[in-house]
This record gives sequence, structure tokens and C-alpha cells, in this order.
Amino acid sequence: MNFPILSSLILLPTIGALFIFFVRSSNSQYQSSKYVALFITLANFFLSLYLWIVFDKSIVDFQFVEEREWISGFVNYKVGVDGISILFILLTTFITPICVITVNATIKNRLKDFLIAILILETFMIGVFCSLDLVVFYLFFEAGLIPMFLIIGIWGGERRVYSAFKFFLYTLLGSVLMLVAIISIYWITGTTDVIKLYELGIDAKYQNLLWLAFFSSFAVKTPMWPVHTWLPDAHVEAPTAGSVLLAAILLKMAGYGFIRFSLGLFPDASLYFVPLVYTLSLIAIIYTSLVALMQEDMKKLIAYSSVAHMGFVTLGIFTMTQQGIEGSIFQMISHGLVSAALFLCVGVVYDRLHTRLINRYGGLVSIMPKYAIVFMVFTLGALGLPGTSGFIGEFLVLMGAFKKNILVATIASLGVILGAAYMLWLYKRIIFGKLINEDVKKMVDLKRFEIVTLWLLVLPIIFFGFYPEPLINSIEVSVANMIDMNDLDKINKLALGD
Amino acid sequence: MENLQLIIPELFISIMIMFLLIFGVFKKNSSQLVYNLTTVSLVAALAFIINLDAQIQSSLFNNSYNIDGLAKFMKILLILSGIFVMLSSSKYIQISKISKIEYPILILCSILGMMVMISSNDLIVFYMGLELQSLALYVLASFNRDNLLSTESGLKYFVLSALSSGLLLYGCSLIYGFSETTNFNQIMVNTKEIEYGLTFGIVFILVGLAFKISAVPFHMWAPDVYQGSPTSVTVFFALLPKIAALTVFIRFLYIPFYELGDQWQMIIIFLSIASMVFGAVAAIGQKNLKRLIAYSSISHMGYALAGLSTGTTQGVQSSITYITIYLVMNLAFFSCLFMLKRNDEYYENIDDLSGLSKNHPLLSLSLLVVLFSLAGIPPLAGFFAKFYIFVAVINEKMYFLAIVGLLATVIAAFYYLRIIKIIYFDPEKEKFESKHNLGLKFTLVASTFFILAYFIYPNGIVDIISQININ
Repeated sequence: MNFPILSSLILLPTIGALFIFFVRSSNSQYQSSKYVALFITLANFFLSLYLWIVFDKSIVDFQFVEEREWISGFVNYKVGVDGISILFILLTTFITPICVITVNATIKNRLKDFLIAILILETFMIGVFCSLDLVVFYLFFEAGLIPMFLIIGIWGGERRVYSAFKFFLYTLLGSVLMLVAIISIYWITGTTDVIKLYELGIDAKYQNLLWLAFFSSFAVKTPMWPVHTWLPDAHVEAPTAGSVLLAAILLKMAGYGFIRFSLGLFPDASLYFVPLVYTLSLIAIIYTSLVALMQEDMKKLIAYSSVAHMGFVTLGIFTMTQQGIEGSIFQMISHGLVSAALFLCVGVVYDRLHTRLINRYGGLVSIMPKYAIVFMVFTLGALGLPGTSGFIGEFLVLMGAFKKNILVATIASLGVILGAAYMLWLYKRIIFGKLINEDVKKMVDLKRFEIVTLWLLVLPIIFFGFYPEPLINSIEVSVANMIDMNDLDKINKLALGD
Repeated sequence: MENLQLIIPELFISIMIMFLLIFGVFKKNSSQLVYNLTTVSLVAALAFIINLDAQIQSSLFNNSYNIDGLAKFMKILLILSGIFVMLSSSKYIQISKISKIEYPILILCSILGMMVMISSNDLIVFYMGLELQSLALYVLASFNRDNLLSTESGLKYFVLSALSSGLLLYGCSLIYGFSETTNFNQIMVNTKEIEYGLTFGIVFILVGLAFKISAVPFHMWAPDVYQGSPTSVTVFFALLPKIAALTVFIRFLYIPFYELGDQWQMIIIFLSIASMVFGAVAAIGQKNLKRLIAYSSISHMGYALAGLSTGTTQGVQSSITYITIYLVMNLAFFSCLFMLKRNDEYYENIDDLSGLSKNHPLLSLSLLVVLFSLAGIPPLAGFFAKFYIFVAVINEKMYFLAIVGLLATVIAAFYYLRIIKIIYFDPEKEKFESKHNLGLKFTLVASTFFILAYFIYPNGIVDIISQININ
């Protein structure tokens, strides 16, 4: 317990970035900086794996808590993990090395800078998931904008400038109100320490406005309809590794924030705004699924499907039931894996043909059989076929929703059907059909590093699909405690009684 | 006589001004030597100030000159910025052929004036200091007299500044008329009840001061003067007068008229909101970096004023912290500007930065850090500056001001991002020279490091500032 394991997790990538930055390298040494980055991110992954093993899943309290004085008399640097955040840390440290492996094929220029940006981003992402102080959380949350802005802007596609600006300004605009709320919380309660705030609680009369301020930030980041429009742009223009990080982890920050802060700190307000969240989530599920059906561009299609999936997440969180929240967390982890994999799959064919238009492809099954197999697994994972991790998440969310509101649950179930429609149609158009285009015929099947990265993602998707126990185990106690602590059940019963 | 040792720094600078003037006149081709001597004497003055007892709280000359914690801190800030400005701009002055002996001497005069302003506890002393610094600045603005823009900016600054000085003087006389004294402490004693004359006096003086820190709507001179003046003077404009004017703001609002907070609070809030929003919006269309930074500093002054408008000690302290971090950021920005040199010519358009990151990765990285910091993105120093301000503002339940201020940062982020976009996303252009003198490099590295590493130990500055006793 004495070893500051969380701070090491946060700092290690930055140290790696500094190392790469200061070691001068000519073109030939690009390779070496890649190995440094890979080594660092893998070390981080094993460190977090160790953390997960050591982590005591039966204890309610935050573990591995570190606290240091930071801004004197005001904010302490405080980090710690519970069963929820530890999964997101694992997800982050798992996805980042995969991104580092893919840079080989996707990043042609300024590789060193790209690796530095990814490593710095990893620092901030891990920081978000384990900070136990609102100001520290805000700091990490916002700081992540800088490397992501550069990743989209420097290494992105044709409209990268527009997308980078849109991404940055949207998220910044959403977040500034959260800063006002955080400072207000400090003046209302005298602390920004999350654990103390859980104990103290916040007076109900302040909760609604504070909830809205936090919501404005998380809704943009999730993204929820109608502030989701930055996501398709950012995804389409970002390089493969950027899209992967964005979909797999950055979006999850908001879902995590909803659970940790919106539910945890403002239970009354959360209950008050349930109809709002339900409505927006349902619109997101149905509307963006329909939009996804119409997309010509693969990345855009997956981006819209992300919005729909995140709609399930927000829906599940605000059912405020054990199943719903667990399902949301599971869905976030699963979506992190599946969407990362789908973006990697798009990256694979994009590197060969340099187009993302769906109708330029077709008949890949006969020339790229290995690709067809993995892509199928991910497609099925995205539409939530039983036996993949996607099913467990959606199933639990819908279970939670049925408990609360049958109408909402029914409409959300329609989203599952639509999800199957657009994913299968995408698969059909790309993989099956006739091989017409000459250049498509020349495409080669998966290279070795692609096989490695993609199968690395196939394994957990199927594993957790059949055996979700390890994940559920990890979050069960924390979620139950969250519901207990804030009397969400009691509040629910009262609400139903009305 | 024992009082004299408290004003040794001022005395020393005055003597150095006279000495350097005579020295420069009698020794031929001594402009570089005088320049270096000026820097050295600033360092010496800094040593004298630091040497003053930290706990002193004394008033000299019939209680018209204050040497206290606030004065000491602000003077250290002033002289330090002065030294860094001198260090970073020495090469520029030689190349732009404005290296004359008068240049450093005028800078010294202006700094002396600012020191008097910072310590003043009397309307007349304050006005004297203000005029001393302004007169030197008029000449400095038009120092590159063969350049049309420079002459224009000097003249423009002179005319507008004279107008504002006139208003300010009128305000002083009104206050004297209604309170029968010019001493700040005495004014407080004599003005227990509100009279219209007093209110008018406060308003006039605030207008004059707002002009000096270029707060909207008295900002019109700033973009032209920033753009027209030689860059070495622009950096001086951007840093030092703001320190002095802000100190006078603090003294003026918090000593004689603290009781009349209701009268001036609305004015400061208005100045603050107008500056924040206008500075952010107007900077969007700019093509010249110096002009852009003029608007940016207008908006930054808005945030500093937001801290003052709270009327609490915490607010004042947050303003002082803000201005300290602002100084470092601007210093770093101008150091970068001084590095954009090719064949003895300096470049100052935003387009000239195109693709800078390919040829000059380190310089672009510094600019990246500085610009994100100016935009107030964590974890850089600029974020903490804004954070302290908003903590103070929200503590007073001034939510409207806080939300407007934060929305203005989003607008402002756009034009900072635009520069970053040009540096990092656009195709590259010709290389700039990569050899620079040591002083400039040191300034850039030190200030960038400060901005980057501020978050590791944010207490240092805040602790010092929190010891400053305002009343």
C-alpha cells in the first residue's frame, strides 16, 4: 500500500513521453521511439492488471488512496479507485498499447510527436478515472483536449482543421459551466473532496443547477443528442489511433462522470431530471441509429452507432437500478472494445484503398478471409449478439429499464433491432457481394501486426460475452453501495408511490 | 533621514538615470554599454528592494508615500519584468537601428515613474508618477521615428493619454474639493457619506486608470500602439504599465473608497465584462500578432478587474496572482516573437508562422504551451490564474460575471487555436534564423518552464501574495 501505484500509473506515460522527447532521433531511430512507447504502455497495462488483482473487490471503500496537499488549504491531490474506476483504467491501459502498435501503418509523418501525444493523453485519461477531487478531475478532463486536438489536427484527414476546432470548442464550452459548479460546490460545502462530499451530501436546493452544469459538460462529451454533432466529424477526420482512443476511452469519461458525480453527488437532482435523460437517450438511440443506416462513410456510420450505444449507457445509468448501472458500465467497457476494434477494421481497409466509402468495397470475403472473420465478430459484438460482451451490457440496461418504465424500455429495444440492421447491412456491403473494383481485388489480407491487434480485441469480447463474472464482480459492490448510500432505491420507491 | 533607506531603490534609479545620461553624452558610441549598464542597475535595484524588510509598513513624507508588502511585491514584479524585457529585446534594438542611448534611459525613467505610482498614497504623488511614466512611454512608442506607424502610434498614444490624464486630474480635483485632502487615508476619514461630487471624482479617476490598463471602452489606443511601436517597446507596454496601474487600482479602490464599494463595484464589473468579451471577439479577425496580443491583453485585463470587483481581500489577491501569471505568459509570447527573424528582418504576421512546427519544433512547442496557457486550458499556468479569479468571484455569488468570463474564454480559445492551427497544421514556409542571443533564450526557456511546471507546486506565488496586507 505504500507504493504510490496510481500515481505511477498516471506518471509513467508522461515520463515515457519526456524520454522520447529528449532522445534526439533521426529518421532511422523512429523505430526505437516506437519501442519505447510500446514498452511504457505495456508496462502500464501490467501495472494496472496487477492493481486489479490486488484490488479487494469485497470492500466498498476507495482503495489505494493517495492524498497530498496541492493548492494549499483548498484542493488536495487525491486519487483512488473503486470497482468502477478500476475497469476504466484497465480499459485505458489495454487500448493504448494497441494504438501504439497501429501507428506503423497509419502514421506517415512526425511519428515521434504522435507517440508523445498519445502517451500524454494516456496520462490524462488515467488521471480522469482515478481522481477523487473535483478540481483534479476537471484538470485531467480538460487537459485531454490538448493532445486530442493535435492528434486530429496534425494527423487527420482533409477536413481535420474544422473537426479539430469543433471538437475542442464544443467540449470546452460544455466544460466551463462545470468549473463554475465545482467552485460553487466548494463554497457551499467547503471541500471538493469527492469522498467527503459523498458523506456530507449537498443541499437539495442547490442540486438542480449544479446537476445541469455538470450535465452540460458530460452531455457534450458522451455525446448525447442534440450536442453529438462534433463526434462524427472528429471520428471521420482523426487518424485510426485517434478514433480508437476517442471512441474507446474519451467518450467513457462522460459516462463515468455521470455515475461518479451526477448520481453520486446529486441524487435528488438526478431523479428530478430522469425524464430529460430518458428522452434524450431514446432520441439518441432511435434517431442516430436511423442516421447511421443512411451513411455512406464507414467511419461516420460507426461514429453514429457510438452515439446510439452511448444512449443505452445514459439510459441505463439513470434507471438508477443495480442492473441498469451495472449494464451501463458493462456496455461502456464492451463498447470501448468493440468500437476500438471496428475503427481498427476500418483503418485496415483504409490503409489499402484510401477510401472510407462503403460502396467502393464489396466482396472482401474472397480475398481477405481472415479480415472477414474478425470483422464479423466485431459486427456481432456491436449489435449485441448473445455470446459477445455487447449482449450483456444491453441486456442488463434493458432489464433495468423494464423495471422502471416499460414504454421507455420498449422503445429502447427497437434500437437494438436498428443496431442489428445497420451493422449487418454494413457487413454485407463490405464483405459480401461481388468483387467488381479492380483495385479492391489487389488488396492483401491482414498483416501480422493487424492480426495481433485485432485478435487481442476479439478475445475479451467473446470471453466477457460468455463469462462476464470478473467484470460484474468488480463493480457489483461499488454500484450497490452507490445505490445504498444515496438511498436511490428509497427515492425510487417514493417516486413510484406518487 | 532614516526614512531614506526605504526609498533607496528609487533614489538609486534616479541617480543612475542622471549618471547614464551624462555618461552617454560624453562617451561616443556607448549605446550598447548604456543598455547593459541599465540592465545591471535594474538588477541592483531589484537587490535593494528584496533587501527591504518584508514586514515593514511605513509611510514616508507626510504619509504620502507607502512602503508596504504590496508595494514591495509589485516593485519586484515590475523590476523583474523590466530586466527580462531588457534581456530579451537587446538584439531587436540593434537590428531595428533604434539602439540609442536615450532608449534605456527612457525605460529607466518610466520604471521610476511606475515605482512612484506603486508606492503613492497621495493623489499628487500618484499623478506625478503617472506622468513620469507616461511621458517616457510617449517617446518610446515613437522611438522608431523613420517608421510611419511608430510615429503615428506615439502621437496617438500621446493625444489619447493626455485626454485621459486630464480626466483623471479633474477627478482628483473633485475629490480634493469634497474631501479637503489629497491623502488616501485622510480621504477615507473625510468621506463617510456619499456625495455626488465624490462619485463623479471616482468615476473620472477610474476612467483615467482604465485607460492606462486599456480596459474597454477606453482601449482604442492599445491595438494601434501595440502594432506601431517597435516590438521591444510593445512588450514593455504589455507588461510594466499594467502592473503599476493595477496597483493604483487596488490602492485607490481599497484604501480611500473602500467604504463606497457600492459606488464603484458596478463600474468595475462593467469594465471587466466589456473587456473580457470585447477583447475575445475583436481578436478573432486580427492578422498581426502584435495587434492580436493587444486585444488578448485587453481581455486579460478584464479578468484581473473581475478579481478586483469582488471587493474582498481574496479577490485582490487573485488579481495579483493573475497579473503575475499574465506577465510570464506575455513575456514568453514576446520572446517567441523576437525569434521570428530572417535576414535581419522581424516577422509579425500570423501567416508568417505557417508550418513553424516543422522547421522549429522547440520554438513551436513553446508557442503551443504559451497559447494554450493564454487560453486558460489546464494544466498550464493560465488556467490557475483564471481559476483563482473565479474562486474569488463565485465566493461573492457573482455568478453572472463568472459565467460571462468563462464563456469569453471559450471565444478567446478560438483565436489562440487559430494560431496553433497555423503553426502546426499548415504547410511550412521558409526557415527562420535559429541563432539567438543568450538573454532571449533564457527568457523564453524560463518563462515556458514556469508555465508548464506551475501546476506541480502552485502554492509558491499564492503564499507570498497571501501575505500582502491590503488595508
